[in-house]
Amino acid sequence: MADKILKELTIKVWRQKNAKAQGKFESYKINNISTGTSFLEMLDILNEELVNGGTEPIAFDHDCREGICGMCSLFIDGRAHGPDDDITTCQLHMRKFEDGATITIEPWRAGAFPVIKDLIVDRTAFEKILQAGGYISVNTGGVPDGNAILISQDDAEEAMDAAACIGCGACVATCKNSSAMLFVSAKVSHLAKLPQGRVEAARRAKSMVAKMDEMGFGNCTNTGACEVECPKGISIANIARLNREFLVAKIKD
Amino acid sequence: MSSFLSSSIGKKLVMSLSGLFLVLFILVHLILNSFLMFDSTGELFNAGAHFMSLPVIRFGLQPVLAGGFIIHIIYAIILTIQNRKARPQKYASQNLGESSTWSSRNMFVLGGLVLVFIAMHLMHFFIPIQIEGNVHDDYQLVKNLFTNGSMGMVYTGLYIVGAILLGLHLAHGFWSAFQSVGLSNKLWRSRLEKVGYIYAIFVAAGFTIIPLYLHFFA
Repeated sequence: MADKILKELTIKVWRQKNAKAQGKFESYKINNISTGTSFLEMLDILNEELVNGGTEPIAFDHDCREGICGMCSLFIDGRAHGPDDDITTCQLHMRKFEDGATITIEPWRAGAFPVIKDLIVDRTAFEKILQAGGYISVNTGGVPDGNAILISQDDAEEAMDAAACIGCGACVATCKNSSAMLFVSAKVSHLAKLPQGRVEAARRAKSMVAKMDEMGFGNCTNTGACEVECPKGISIANIARLNREFLVAKIKD
Repeated sequence: MSSFLSSSIGKKLVMSLSGLFLVLFILVHLILNSFLMFDSTGELFNAGAHFMSLPVIRFGLQPVLAGGFIIHIIYAIILTIQNRKARPQKYASQNLGESSTWSSRNMFVLGGLVLVFIAMHLMHFFIPIQIEGNVHDDYQLVKNLFTNGSMGMVYTGLYIVGAILLGLHLAHGFWSAFQSVGLSNKLWRSRLEKVGYIYAIFVAAGFTIIPLYLHFFA
């Protein structure tokens, strides 16, 4: 089946020269976009037209374009990664939009994620949280021999599900409180569920939560919006585990 | 300990425990109120109200209850201010209806409206009965509020609105309290959410039926 053609779209996009400048929305028209085009390809086409017309292209983050790196962001028509569940922006296609539509594109909005330029935000706050404890301190060597350390299937699966987090920041972007709890809980959980990471679990939970609070993220109110927008479908059951790990660690102090 | 209570999760623990305490209080309150419907002479309800006025309750439990309310409100304000600060620049368009429930996003507003209701409610009953102490028939006082002329209809309506607001607050608050103390996982989440919804509906329906009963049948 041939792809449909969207004859005309209006792209309302946030333009901001640099971190200090005052940003504002600009609208651009774009014509004849195939519904098989990915959202980022549509932006590429628009940027080419902007460059040809002598306008500075729209800056946006992207890298692998296959949904595994977590680089692409964008808040599209009021939703993180656009109008679909469990996807990154690079996995969003134009078939999700109607001909003649106005598409609003904004950067992630959070105090801890300042805008650098146009749609690009600085997600260093996530790196700082990871540096606070999202690792194991000893070198555990290469891949262990099968069944040398026995781990139950359930634990292995839960750890793997949490480890799927790509650190894109959609949880923060969509949360009405800009809370980073889903990210932090995934990073704490995937290590806490495995014996290599268990040893430092208490210290890790405390220092990562302290860093998260310090970076100015909001407090979780359990709305559950983050898990719906998370491209990897990470469950807020991890947030319950983080709460548990943190409270137990603090009580033991 | 201080770093614990100033942490985000520590503050949520306070919200959670004070909330669960208030959840229990509401249940006791509803059971006592149900006496209004089971004895039209008012003796049963008056006996219940008399029990709640005993010194051990007034000076032992009431300060604890007031403390529970005050802590829940103060921490709600602190957390909400922080949450608003965490997003200095708002979105031009944000569609959260796809990803979360309305009541979960509006807990502070719902709580504030419940607080307004509670203030009115205290003026109607708590102050005359327990502070001024000049009421001899508590049942009559309650009945009069809901049956006296045209205002009886207004108060019946206001109390039903209060019950619905409380129910919406509980619809998210109940399971959320368990999540915040870490007593949840994929399996228990759906169970706790169901129990929370049942509890919220039970409370809202209970506090709706009582004024309606008094207005129309007492």
